[in-house]
Amino acid sequence: MFGRLVYESFRRQKRRKLLAGVAITLGVGVATAMIAVATDIGDKISRELRTYGANLIVTPQEDTLDVQIGGVDFKPPSDGAYLNEADLPKIKGMFWRNNIVGFAPMLPVSVSANDANAKDLTLLGTYFSKRLQFGKEYFTTGVRVTHPWWKVQGAWPDDNSSDVLLGESLAAKLGRKAGDEITIAGQAHRVAGILSTGGAEDNQIVAPLALAQQILGKPGAVRRLYVSALTKPEDALARRNPKSMNPEMFDRWYCSPYVASIAYQLQEAIPHSHAEQIRQIAQNEGTVLSRIKGLMLLVTLAALFASALAVSAAMATAIFERRTEVGLMKALGAGNISVAALFFAEALLLALIGGVLGFAGGALLARQIGRSIFDSQITIEPVLFPVILAIAVIVTFAGSAMAIRRAVKFDPVYALRGEA
Amino acid sequence: MSSDLINRRAAKPHTSMFLRMLMRAAVLRRGRAASALLAMVVAAAVATAMLNLYVDVQAKLRKEFRNYGANIVVVANDGQALPADALSKVQSAIAGHGFAVPFAYIVARTSDGQPVVVAGTDLDQVRKLDSWWSVTAWPNASQDALVGTRAAAVVSPQGKPFDLSFQQRPIHLISAGILRTGASEDSRIYLSLQDFESWTGVQPSTIEIATAGSSEEIDSLIQKLSQSLPAAEVRPIRQIMEGEARVLGKTRATLAAAAALIIATAALCVLSTLIGWVFDRRRDFAIMKALGASEGLISGFFAAEAAALGAVGALVGFGIGVGVAAWIGRVNFHAPVVPRFNVLPVIFVGSIAVALISAVLPIFLLRRVQPAMILRGE
Repeated sequence: MFGRLVYESFRRQKRRKLLAGVAITLGVGVATAMIAVATDIGDKISRELRTYGANLIVTPQEDTLDVQIGGVDFKPPSDGAYLNEADLPKIKGMFWRNNIVGFAPMLPVSVSANDANAKDLTLLGTYFSKRLQFGKEYFTTGVRVTHPWWKVQGAWPDDNSSDVLLGESLAAKLGRKAGDEITIAGQAHRVAGILSTGGAEDNQIVAPLALAQQILGKPGAVRRLYVSALTKPEDALARRNPKSMNPEMFDRWYCSPYVASIAYQLQEAIPHSHAEQIRQIAQNEGTVLSRIKGLMLLVTLAALFASALAVSAAMATAIFERRTEVGLMKALGAGNISVAALFFAEALLLALIGGVLGFAGGALLARQIGRSIFDSQITIEPVLFPVILAIAVIVTFAGSAMAIRRAVKFDPVYALRGEA
Repeated sequence: MSSDLINRRAAKPHTSMFLRMLMRAAVLRRGRAASALLAMVVAAAVATAMLNLYVDVQAKLRKEFRNYGANIVVVANDGQALPADALSKVQSAIAGHGFAVPFAYIVARTSDGQPVVVAGTDLDQVRKLDSWWSVTAWPNASQDALVGTRAAAVVSPQGKPFDLSFQQRPIHLISAGILRTGASEDSRIYLSLQDFESWTGVQPSTIEIATAGSSEEIDSLIQKLSQSLPAAEVRPIRQIMEGEARVLGKTRATLAAAAALIIATAALCVLSTLIGWVFDRRRDFAIMKALGASEGLISGFFAAEAAALGAVGALVGFGIGVGVAAWIGRVNFHAPVVPRFNVLPVIFVGSIAVALISAVLPIFLLRRVQPAMILRGE
């Protein structure tokens, strides 16, 4: 009998059930989408923050002092120690290899060009977008990943060619444009493009690493290595000195993607190196990230509140309209409990149907937001499904409870006479 | 009707039937009217809070982004010094919205002849500009130097006082603190500008500027500075500007999507509550019609009621929403979100529009029904 009542109620009152169902579906959909976006926003923004460039720098351990003002070197660049280029792919064998977005080696050398306007020039050797191999895995890395604000007019040179880029100020001084030739250290090279960075490189020649090594006469030499890594904001553990930790704590520190522990692992991966965080980038990332995450969390709370309210309002209206029905049931001898049970059963059914549909819709919505704003997928944790369903049921029940209480208390005589 | 009541009626100032009906409808069905008003207030509050946040979050985040330090740099041409009035010109151009910090650089020699870069600057300002600098102790006395960690290994490994010379002019410095940044600052020694100038006689060649503003504001500031300082190159620091623009754009887009979803949900909530409320009063509607009220009057009556509800809800909701936005600002950014009164007309018009739609929709449906059917309870 109870099942029949519920079934008939859904069959005969399609419009009302549809209205309440739509409200629940929309509410759950918005809640799902917001929760999915809020849980994933940290990851997405931390990827966007990588547009600030590398947050770690690796230098040789016994490095000499830089004597540099505004990008101009006041010291013969040939002295000092070097990293070995052959060690670089080992970065992809680190514990946190998947958090390494990219890296770019740098090797500045002094050269002379065949031009009266520019006798002593700096040529910077680097990777543009180089294909490397570690084990069986291939990956590409270079300044196009680590220095996304570098803009090239013309084309990026191929890493295996001997083409070069000219900084825009230097190009203006030399009167060269993309496609011209320039003689560096006695050899002619094609200018693939004009580079604009807003920094010291605007006055330099930027070339594939192999060319710089060949001019320097030191194959495999790398002066500095910039690494761009996804990191976790610093907390109390991250600020502790790893040397004073007990083994258990050290393992926890080592297995967290703090900028300090990634620096530690870089030092392990590359022999005779010293890795350091670039504090300007690394330190500020955490604050910006936590602000944006906090903002989205509060906004998600507002969304949950608004959708809970919408669901409650729809349920209250749906039940309020059925007082005559309640009156009839009670006149036929139904107790308060069985009337309430009927309404709650209907609410449960609506919440489950609306919850499932809303979850699916919300997941689609989150995906759409991810694709259109961040150009990447927003992953939805499967654990979210039961949580969302539970929230939908609780909110629907809470929203109905007041209305059900009032409907049950209503005198059947008044309800049947239509004096509501 | 007793004569007493008739007298009372006559003595009262004449109020129109229309207003009386509006008032009585609100008073007699307090419960339902209150719940409709509540829905309206909450929706308006949520919408106000979201719009306020959306407008203000840019300014709030820009402030956070200024922790990344300078976004404009002024460099004198060809390694010369900037004109003496450059700093005051820059400071008047930014007009208190940010910092401008001068830097002077030379290459000095250590006692064993090694070259090292020494910089003179306003250390108090640098502390504010470059908040990421990790410093063991900031110098505060004359002859105190802030030594980069890699420079320290060369000039004073045990933190002892050390000597430098520049063009045969020697100076004795005390290593007051160690500086760590992970960038070129690690290889430098920083002095206060007074010590630096009295030792070397070299004037600042670079001014680093951190100013918060939209990219148009920063572009116009750069133009203004280039005109007033023809002997220098003024350029934006692209690494900082582009990163900021990107992250800010994405955050705002996400917030806009969230705001749209939340406002739509709130509007839906109002719609369903108000439709229920009006539908519930189909008997009033039928009685009015049976008594000979024209359809225009009835629609006008319900519309006026809804508009009044929307207006009151919007005003109260705006007040609450501003409070919520201010609270979010305080919790998350440690600075309250400033109320934006240009949001008010949007909220006001939007609330009334939603209320009108939800009042007119059921009326439109009821119009086709005979009043007798409703009154019979069918």
